[in-house]
Amino acid sequence: MSDTTADKLPPNGAEQKSRKSFVFTQELIVAIAAAVLFVFFSLTLDNFLLPGNLVTLVRNVAVLGLLSLGMAVVVIGRGVDLSLVAVMAVSLTVAIVLANEGMGFAEALLVGLGFVVLVAVVLGFLVAYVEIPSIFATLAVASIVYGLGRGVIADLDVNNIPNGLDWFLFLGRGAIFGIPVSIWIFALTALVLYLFLRWTGIGRFIYALGDNLQTARITGIPVRPIIVLQYVISGVMAFLAGAVTAASVASMNMRIVNSTVIYDVLLVVVLGGIGLTGGRGGVRNVVVGTALIGLLLNAMTIMDISYTVQNLIKSAVLLLALVVDALLNPRDEQTAQQGDI
Amino acid sequence: MDIRRILTGSLISLLLAVSGVHAQEGLKDEIRQPTLDMLKGKKVVFVPMSMSFDLPEGWAAVMRKDAERRGYELDIRDSNWSTDTGTRAITQAITEKPDIIVVQNFDVTSYARTLKRAQDAGIKVVQVNMRSSYPTDAFVGADWYGIGEYAAKRLLDVCGKSKGKSGKIAIVQGPATAAASVYQLNGITETLKDNDDIEIVSSQTADWDQSKARGIAQTVIQQNPDLCGIIGFWDVMDAGTGAAIQESGKDIYLITSGGGNKTACQGVENGTFDEVISYDVPGQGRDLISTISILLQSGEPAGSSNFVLYTPNKIITKDTLGPESCWDLDVLKS
Repeated sequence: MSDTTADKLPPNGAEQKSRKSFVFTQELIVAIAAAVLFVFFSLTLDNFLLPGNLVTLVRNVAVLGLLSLGMAVVVIGRGVDLSLVAVMAVSLTVAIVLANEGMGFAEALLVGLGFVVLVAVVLGFLVAYVEIPSIFATLAVASIVYGLGRGVIADLDVNNIPNGLDWFLFLGRGAIFGIPVSIWIFALTALVLYLFLRWTGIGRFIYALGDNLQTARITGIPVRPIIVLQYVISGVMAFLAGAVTAASVASMNMRIVNSTVIYDVLLVVVLGGIGLTGGRGGVRNVVVGTALIGLLLNAMTIMDISYTVQNLIKSAVLLLALVVDALLNPRDEQTAQQGDI
Repeated sequence: MDIRRILTGSLISLLLAVSGVHAQEGLKDEIRQPTLDMLKGKKVVFVPMSMSFDLPEGWAAVMRKDAERRGYELDIRDSNWSTDTGTRAITQAITEKPDIIVVQNFDVTSYARTLKRAQDAGIKVVQVNMRSSYPTDAFVGADWYGIGEYAAKRLLDVCGKSKGKSGKIAIVQGPATAAASVYQLNGITETLKDNDDIEIVSSQTADWDQSKARGIAQTVIQQNPDLCGIIGFWDVMDAGTGAAIQESGKDIYLITSGGGNKTACQGVENGTFDEVISYDVPGQGRDLISTISILLQSGEPAGSSNFVLYTPNKIITKDTLGPESCWDLDVLKS
């Protein structure tokens, strides 16, 4: 695996051995694929290499990247958070609905953030203390949150931000030093999470409990509170992604919950090389995965390929990456015993 | 003279006497009660794409009021953005044997078989705004081909090479199989066929989603710095397209269409849209209740009529914008 995980807590012997020699990790394969595609598109597509287009490329996947960072934190701790998109859409809808009823938007956003934290704590409690598998807990919570949004919080699924909130729209439309704010937010968040996961004790604990929960517990790590914390982090990421989305189109559309975005997020994470078995990978994997998806989307839009064919190509490339990974990195005994997720 | 005067006088007094009777009791409307009886207690099931956006909410508001007034029952089964749920809802409705099913199709194929089954079971089927390729008793809604044709002609005017512009336009579609997309696209391509004045540089689907529309528009504007116009297929989605245009700081003409909800007027007012072709949801609601009323009164069996009511469009631009241009859901509901 990458050096992100090289110094993590006690790995087993087999893993250690594989880490010492140079291996084609999935992250590396995807990075190479992205680089090859980048060169190919630069040579074949007009205007692809223009700075303007590259900025557009990154900004169009900034939201996907933010969500994937949240997912990554949970997956590293051997969980999965399928409620990300629902939380993102509904928390911003809460804020927008309140703002439309006359509350100041800053306060409304704080209420939205409070909603996110509340949902995350409940979710974390269900997973950590009630010990419901995360896939079911998050799926159920996603439905409840979406139901609340559609049934209680708002009548319509698209809610517009009140006029005159230029400071907020700046998050989605503005630029600092020529680079869109949404990209700055993604970059800063990625940096903060990178430092958190790599250099703080709690960050290392997340790897530990993802790698082996029982061992982590015996070692004295407070595993349950840390699991709750993971969901709070992913919830906050969802909220940030929601804020960027809402700011860029001046509204929030709850219909996104019914779309395939949550699978795109999972794909970025898994494709980037964060194993669903937990305890591996990091921010760099998310960046690589996001970059590949961004490249594909941008190039296919430039080539004016139809939506259906776009999906076909995207899926084919992803499948190819997974096949290559499976050939180069066969499943080991540990995965065989635990399974993915 | 005398006789004439007497005749006139008695005629006048007779008329006065008769009108006096009328002034006291009026004249009985012989067809009112039978008509009301024909509507009373009937059942209409409405299966919209989702009860969460302006179009179905608007139609439902108009139908609800009419149902209350005329004493028929209106039952709404929400498909919640899923053709599966929608198909189940229609299938369930067929077993309950309502008099009419009103359905808004997601695309031109998914419900076709189910709608045929409903008609075969003796239930009259009205399709609203989004048509299926299977024609049923009635279609009430936008003339998508006409909207595409109008938008294309407008962009010929605004962006044509002969007008000294680049002639480059882009299209932001809804889902590729939706009636709004397929028929409108056909209207555009037929209009621009054999016309060198306009070049379509991109035609992509954004799936009714603002963020996708914004992403596509951004990339297309980036690729074609001299892009002159964009035709969008739905105003709610094209809020994203408009955001991308505003962000680019370029003067790109955005023409889109929608139900004419107040957000459309706000969009025209704040410059997000240059032109909105409104298919006037309250008007469509009126057409819907008329259609329901006609079908309930007609003694013909299901499937015997096959008529179409295309909505007259309203064009909303900064010049035509007025207090009556758009509607407000809260007002429509009250």
